Amino acid sequence: MRIAYFPGCTLSTKAKGFNDSARDSAKALGLELVDLEQWNCCGATFPLLTDNMLDLTGPARVLISGRQQGGRLVTACTICYNVLRRTNRVIRENEDGREKLNLFLEAEYKGDLEVLDLLQVLRDEVGFDKIWEAVKRPLDGLKVAAYYGCMVLRPPKEVAYEEDPENPCALDDLLAALGAEPVNYPYKGECCGAYLIVKSPQVAGELSYTILDSAQRNGAQLVVTNCPLCQFNLDRQQGLMGQRHAGFQPIPILYFTQLLGIALGLDSGDYGFEKHYIDPCSLLASRNLIAI
Amino acid sequence: MTKAMGRIGVFICHCGTNIAGTVDVEKLAENLRSYPGVVHSVDYTYLCSEPGQSLIKEAIAGKGLDGVVVAACSPSLHEATFRRASEEAGLNPYRCEIANIREQCSWVHEDKAEATHKAERIIQAVVEKVRLDEPLTPLKVPLTRRALVIGGGIAGIQAALDIANSGYEVVLVERGPSIGGRMAQLSETFPTLDCSQCILTPKMVEVGRHPNIELLTYSAVLEALGYVGNFKVKILKKPRYVIVEKCTACGKCTKVCPVVVPNEFDRGLSCRHAIDIPFPQAVPTAYYLDEESCLGLFPLVCDKCARACDAGAIDYDMQPEVVECEVGAIVVATGYELYPVEQTGSLGWGKHADVVDGLEFERMLSASGPTGGEMRRPSDGKVPKEVVFIQCVGSRDPEGGLPYCSKICCMYTAKHAMLYKHKVPDGQAYVFYMDIRAGGKGYEEFVQRAIEEDGVLYLRGRVSRVFQEDNKVIVWGVDTLSGKEIEIAADLVVLATAMVPSQGAMDLARKLRIATDEYGFYSEAHPKLRPVESLTAGIYLAGAAQAPKDIPEAVAQAGGAASKVVSLFSAEELLQEPITATIDEERCSGCGICVPVCPYQALGLDLREGRVKVTEALCQGCGACVVSCPSGAVQQRNFTDKQVLAMLTAGLGMEG
Repeated sequence: MRIAYFPGCTLSTKAKGFNDSARDSAKALGLELVDLEQWNCCGATFPLLTDNMLDLTGPARVLISGRQQGGRLVTACTICYNVLRRTNRVIRENEDGREKLNLFLEAEYKGDLEVLDLLQVLRDEVGFDKIWEAVKRPLDGLKVAAYYGCMVLRPPKEVAYEEDPENPCALDDLLAALGAEPVNYPYKGECCGAYLIVKSPQVAGELSYTILDSAQRNGAQLVVTNCPLCQFNLDRQQGLMGQRHAGFQPIPILYFTQLLGIALGLDSGDYGFEKHYIDPCSLLASRNLIAI
Repeated sequence: MTKAMGRIGVFICHCGTNIAGTVDVEKLAENLRSYPGVVHSVDYTYLCSEPGQSLIKEAIAGKGLDGVVVAACSPSLHEATFRRASEEAGLNPYRCEIANIREQCSWVHEDKAEATHKAERIIQAVVEKVRLDEPLTPLKVPLTRRALVIGGGIAGIQAALDIANSGYEVVLVERGPSIGGRMAQLSETFPTLDCSQCILTPKMVEVGRHPNIELLTYSAVLEALGYVGNFKVKILKKPRYVIVEKCTACGKCTKVCPVVVPNEFDRGLSCRHAIDIPFPQAVPTAYYLDEESCLGLFPLVCDKCARACDAGAIDYDMQPEVVECEVGAIVVATGYELYPVEQTGSLGWGKHADVVDGLEFERMLSASGPTGGEMRRPSDGKVPKEVVFIQCVGSRDPEGGLPYCSKICCMYTAKHAMLYKHKVPDGQAYVFYMDIRAGGKGYEEFVQRAIEEDGVLYLRGRVSRVFQEDNKVIVWGVDTLSGKEIEIAADLVVLATAMVPSQGAMDLARKLRIATDEYGFYSEAHPKLRPVESLTAGIYLAGAAQAPKDIPEAVAQAGGAASKVVSLFSAEELLQEPITATIDEERCSGCGICVPVCPYQALGLDLREGRVKVTEALCQGCGACVVSCPSGAVQQRNFTDKQVLAMLTAGLGMEG
């Protein structure tokens, strides 16, 4: 199955490991992610800050490009997913705005492109059963905490594909399908601090710490996430966390697609583990999931 | 003017500026003076006033009017007023009609010229109607002076007692095995902290003993046909399998019953057996055998209870019985239920044993409850030292729950917190609130007592999440007055969930053909002035079934409903509007099409005579049969086809 794919800026640069592992594992599951021929930055939540249609031209252009390539567009970065979904909704529901954007971008886009998150596609179209059958290296009861971040959960009516956005389970179910033991903890959908890392790193650090602390107290050995900003916050701040909280144990933060690739028996050499601040390799090697 | 034209008087009301502001009333009065049949046409500021009515009466007498058109507000407001005035002046009241030029004209248009023109057409149309109106006499219909009260909670009990004490018979139907309703489940009531059962049971006993009250418990209303003064009701008496008159409530049966199921009276916090009594003070004081949880009755699997019963009160062969009765009025008092905790999203989900709702907490407080009144938490039986109460769960929440305020939660939460502190003086109670609604008598002082005397900590803010961590329940909230986020590691969390109508309220509304709002609360006839009547004549409302309310309000409303019933019954006779259907014998071919169309079964096909006949006492004047008749044999008095056509011709300004 082929589906149009929007990598976004971060996945093409700092989070290349996410992109490569996503493409890799999707392909192994029969899902070919076809890059959009023309794309630009989605705006990373900032276009949605005001009612200014000009700010929406960026993501709108992505949607138009996606529409030209078919009826569906999938993205792995959840921030891109959030922005594109919500921009789509504005275009569908705001007649004035739709007209302005189409005039400016010289297009006739009606807002009918279906924007999907990669995890959503894995759940609904590939199916976790199929993934379970395709697993070559089961994770053997590894205790993994799924961290959803906010982008796929809020605002629930606009972006959530979970039955109960207050208690999400898609990532947990995927982990179970890979043979891991998903850890239940109350902070799985709480904010990591997001862009506060730039302005108030201490606040962001505390938010991230609370998440990791809760996951660890519930037995997590590893955390997986679906958002490059979350991964950055949870990963990079651990040095400071150790300084400020005595007894803090570092814990590796992976993208769920990296773990998926490993479980499917793929070669994780290109997954960018060396770029992670907290090294995941020793844990993975100790479980015979990768070769050192 | 020929006699056939009539001598009709037209009276046009200014209604202050309500009509006169948009309609040129003086011009109307002048124009209508020259309309065929109109011999008198005047305008006046307020016709509904005493001088206004005198104006009409004097004109009737002075000018020998044989018909009156009052151009004013909606007939639903003052038709009765003007008809009475006409009657006093010697004119048949059914030759007095209202032309609505307010709600249907001046209030909905802005252009004065157009509005005036339209008003003139409306009045002309009504003049045409009056011209052909027959002078009718109201029908006297039989009135059954017995009332049906549906629901045996405090509202139903009070209504039944008030009606019965006025000397009329009451049938009180309750679907549970005992009357008492929610009040029987409460521990203490605000603001006096009276023991709920202690103040309720005397009334329950009174009902049980009252010679005028026939108490049908473990029963449900199947059907209610008819109309005010003449309802025919079918009631299903479910088999209790216990003969009430023989049962001594000794309890031997329940001790030998092998079945154990959750106890609904204790909201699932304790268990009961298949044969059980809901509480010791039940009325009737008798056990009941729950068919669903019993091991089996057909065929009989176990007979331990019958063998243990010394009084021989158990009868496995009892059958359901359908009872028919005739009543003149119905009071609906079916009470409330609580919004399910499972639907409260992130607030504990019903998964956590230590997150409970208001009624569960009442049972935990109650001396007759699962812990005998000792404060213990459901998960491990430990005494909770930190208890968080959360108000407005599901209420005042248009997005995630119900938009309305459930009215009683601020008060019962204060009560809960106080009673908790009385039982656990070294415990800490927190209340998360948005506002405090304590408007009743002594209510504000009650809440202050909780804060000042019992040390309950009130936090103004909402709660975002409640979850289990180890053996504590973590509550995330905020205190907006200090601007701080609050995290409490509680032992127990009590949710003040929204009040919703009892299960089955909508079905009952359909059976009775009364209206409900979108939440299932029964609709009152007017929100301000008619709070105890439904929109259906003869059916009255009492208690939380109509809207969230507390006990004093329920009792007051029940008394109000009872007084409406008593005033209905105290009339010497019941008068019915005579705008009934008539059948032209010569035109009626006996096709029978009209018969099933009538919602009141007032039409019947007489096979011997080959034509349809009307039972006037049942006819409500809806006109459905008139529309259905292919030959025009059925006509409605004072709404004949001839009249309607004449009104249309005049109203549309066509040539006659």
